[in-house]
Amino acid sequence: MLAPATVLAASLGYLLLLFAVAAWADARARAGRSVIGNAWVYALSMAVYCTAWTYFGSVGRAAGGGVWFLPIYLGPMLAMLLAWLVLRKMIRVARAQRLTSIADFMASRYGKSPALAGLVTLVTMVGIVPYIALQLKAIAFGYAVLTQPAGAGGAAGGPWWTDGTLYAALALAGFTMIFGTRQLDGTERHEGMVAAIAFESVVKLVAFVAVGLYVTWGLFGGPAELFAQALARPELAALLRLAPEGGRFAYEQWFALTLLSMLSVLFLPRQFQVMVVENVDERHLRRAAWVFPAYLLAINLFVLPIALGGLLHFGRGAADADTFVLSLPLATGAHGLALVAFIGGLSAATGMVIVEAIAVSTMVCNDLVMPLLLRTRRFAARQDLTRVLLAVRRTAIVLVLLLGYLYFHLAGEAYALVSIGLISFAAVAQFAPALLGGLYWKDATRTGALAGLLAGFGLWVYTLMLPSIAKSGWWHTDFVAAGPFGAALLRPEALFGIGGLDPLTHALFWSLLANIGLYVGLSLLTRPSAAEASQALLFVDAFERVPSARPVFWRGRAQVADLHGLLARFLGAARAQRLFDAVARERGAADASALQPDAALVQRVEHELAGAIGSASARVMVARAVEEEPLALDDVLRILDEASQLRRYSQALEQAGAELRAANERLASLDRLKDDFMSSVTHELRTPLTSIRALAELMLDDPDMPEAQRQQFLGIVVTETERLTRLVNQVLDMAKIESGHAEWHTSDVDLVELLRQAAQTVQEMLRERGAELVLDLPAQAPLLRADADRLTQVVLNLLSNAAKFVPAGRGRITLRLRVAPGMLTVEVQDNGPGVPADQRALIFEKFRQGGDAANRPQGTGLGLPISRQIVEHFGGRMELRPDSGQGACFAFTLPCPSTTDPAPPRAATGPPGDTR
Amino acid sequence: MRTPPPAPGGPDRATRAPAPRGEGPRAAHLVALFALALLLFNFPLLALWDRDLRVLGLPLFPLALFVLWALLIAALAWLLERPRD
Repeated sequence: MLAPATVLAASLGYLLLLFAVAAWADARARAGRSVIGNAWVYALSMAVYCTAWTYFGSVGRAAGGGVWFLPIYLGPMLAMLLAWLVLRKMIRVARAQRLTSIADFMASRYGKSPALAGLVTLVTMVGIVPYIALQLKAIAFGYAVLTQPAGAGGAAGGPWWTDGTLYAALALAGFTMIFGTRQLDGTERHEGMVAAIAFESVVKLVAFVAVGLYVTWGLFGGPAELFAQALARPELAALLRLAPEGGRFAYEQWFALTLLSMLSVLFLPRQFQVMVVENVDERHLRRAAWVFPAYLLAINLFVLPIALGGLLHFGRGAADADTFVLSLPLATGAHGLALVAFIGGLSAATGMVIVEAIAVSTMVCNDLVMPLLLRTRRFAARQDLTRVLLAVRRTAIVLVLLLGYLYFHLAGEAYALVSIGLISFAAVAQFAPALLGGLYWKDATRTGALAGLLAGFGLWVYTLMLPSIAKSGWWHTDFVAAGPFGAALLRPEALFGIGGLDPLTHALFWSLLANIGLYVGLSLLTRPSAAEASQALLFVDAFERVPSARPVFWRGRAQVADLHGLLARFLGAARAQRLFDAVARERGAADASALQPDAALVQRVEHELAGAIGSASARVMVARAVEEEPLALDDVLRILDEASQLRRYSQALEQAGAELRAANERLASLDRLKDDFMSSVTHELRTPLTSIRALAELMLDDPDMPEAQRQQFLGIVVTETERLTRLVNQVLDMAKIESGHAEWHTSDVDLVELLRQAAQTVQEMLRERGAELVLDLPAQAPLLRADADRLTQVVLNLLSNAAKFVPAGRGRITLRLRVAPGMLTVEVQDNGPGVPADQRALIFEKFRQGGDAANRPQGTGLGLPISRQIVEHFGGRMELRPDSGQGACFAFTLPCPSTTDPAPPRAATGPPGDTR
Repeated sequence: MRTPPPAPGGPDRATRAPAPRGEGPRAAHLVALFALALLLFNFPLLALWDRDLRVLGLPLFPLALFVLWALLIAALAWLLERPRD
């Protein structure tokens, strides 16, 4: 055992660290360098799903039932597979409508119904308070295990630690108030809180894995040995199979648990808070949706080893399996590790409590307290309500935690950790039909949602909550065993005589059956009001609408001053002024008072208010402040029609904008190309000019220059001038071809004859270099329609290129013509060094010559590009054949009328120059 | 008029209109993976692994559950993170 002072000091130190992390993140956010704006932190904050229940309870569950701890984590895996579709839609809607809680979300969908918001809040309160109690219990429990002598037995401690739990609850309330209610607007992110939660997720994972490693390798010498020992005992071996102890595997319960946790991970208030409200960027979901399940996998990896290790070490039934994470290191002398494990459990508990308290307090404030307060005349007359709102929210936090503490004290002893958690899950699952249905089904109505939720909740209370209370010993259990007033058909755990199911599956079946049945049935029987229909459109079509074209479902008369006053009452004068100034700027109005109080402005104010007091209350307040005309369903449809018209315009505009941008980019890139070309040309011109000038100056300065040298210099000047002329000609040529102004003299060309002539032309030059030219030509080839001079130019260019690169004295160049149906291919193969791999791609670009700068052959660097332009002009293509290791092989292919079809091509009928 | 030659690498991407809804993974792929996961983790496929076998000293049934789980995560990560097209 550990000294209480040590444990308390460590816990206190940890809580202080948490404060520091949150304060640091808040400071960073104020400095504009947010730490929570990335997908990893987002994924870690999602892991608030893993509470103390995961931390301690999973091991307990594994020790009792083997793999039965897994469905609670496979459910989230399934949910995350669809997160990109479902969760992203929730985020999109919540952002567009400034929704800050799950009650707000559902109420908003069904026409901003205050009744629905209140009901959801009530269900949440009833379902979640035990869950918070469970966390407090875990803290107290862990503390007791650490500080009491072994064998003193779980949480049955004296009053001295009970107060510790109270203090823990109060400390958490303090933390939540500081980092959770700094701003009034719930849509403002709680940066510090999210950073602290992400930090806690790391702590609990590290602590749990540390215990797992210690048990597996420290106590048992590896997983293989641990499992071998477990399998040697029949009662433990059964835990590693599908059906423990040989019974039937309860597939329906397995499925129910998976379904339950799948829904819970989306709809638990704390999950909604971190996943939807605190989401910074919906694209983070792309990574978080798989990192979060990976986290769950990691934290579950050692559940079985720890459970089996505990059972092997203590023996079955000797110790409470829920405490193995702590008691196993403690019993084997690893006191430091036990303390770390406790801190991990503490972090799991505190993380859950903090986020849940924020979420529930927002709901209680906006959806229970505000509607009641706003009805009282005295309150409604107050001018500044911001402080009242904050006070209500803070009170709600303390209240929620104290309720949790109370529940823990009264009932927490009776039930194992897992059961309490599952009861909460089943309550939250009642939100699923109306919420998921509302996202995808436009015809769902408020009546259906209300009735479904009421029935589902009622059945949950009857079939799950009441029996659990009875079993806690608060109440006689007769009504569970025999049914109320002895009516066996109404037995809560075997309703209408359906038995054979475990209580949870049974409750889930009946409650969801009634819930979905009434929701769908009544939605089909009733017609949505205008407000419901308009909200349904905004929810279901959330992905279809761009913000600028969102329809505004409002009609009436308003005064700017009224709207301004309304905002100022709830958000404070400064923020109201800022918002109106911003709107005035957007609309180009002189100042806020010059604004047109149109429907869009009214909606903007309502949205802003919704962020602070919830959509239902915001609707009520706005309706009071302005003169509204009721909308009928037809009006909704008409407004929608106008909006979709607008949307089409805006889409067309957007597309036109995109095209314009593309064209602009293209122009810019062409401009860059032109600049490159110009600089290359001037560079190429400067080199010969420099040498001409230098030689001319030499001759000018030195009249006594020997005649031989003068002759030599003049020779160079002439050569360089020729090169300049050639270059200028080619540049002009290139420009003409590229701009389409070149003259083409098209006639029938016999390529065989043309190649022979070209070969004769270069014969002399080749002989000078000692190179041999081999002709590989067919006897005849189909006639081409082309410009003979231009084609000759291409062939000469290829041949002279080849001549430049062949080794002096033993060069060998092959000129080949191949005839295939519909095309002619000319190849020029040399036995030079070939083209290096890194230059193959560049060789057809202007001014890119082969060879390095030192032994660059003469030439302008325009020959190949021009040749290619010419070949392409006639519909062919030119390429450098893949390097065969025996020199370079350039080839060009031209299309020709097939040999069997002598009809002239269409191009012959007109000047081909400008038709492409 | 003859169109200018395409600038290397550039115009293809520049002229393509931005796809407002095509971004991100395909819904059908995710739904299919969801269905697969649902099948794998329920009756009767779950019983496939319920055998008295050991792989590398680890009992097959829990091992299979974790391996399947890890494979699903990998598939999901691949679907979500790969660039579209």
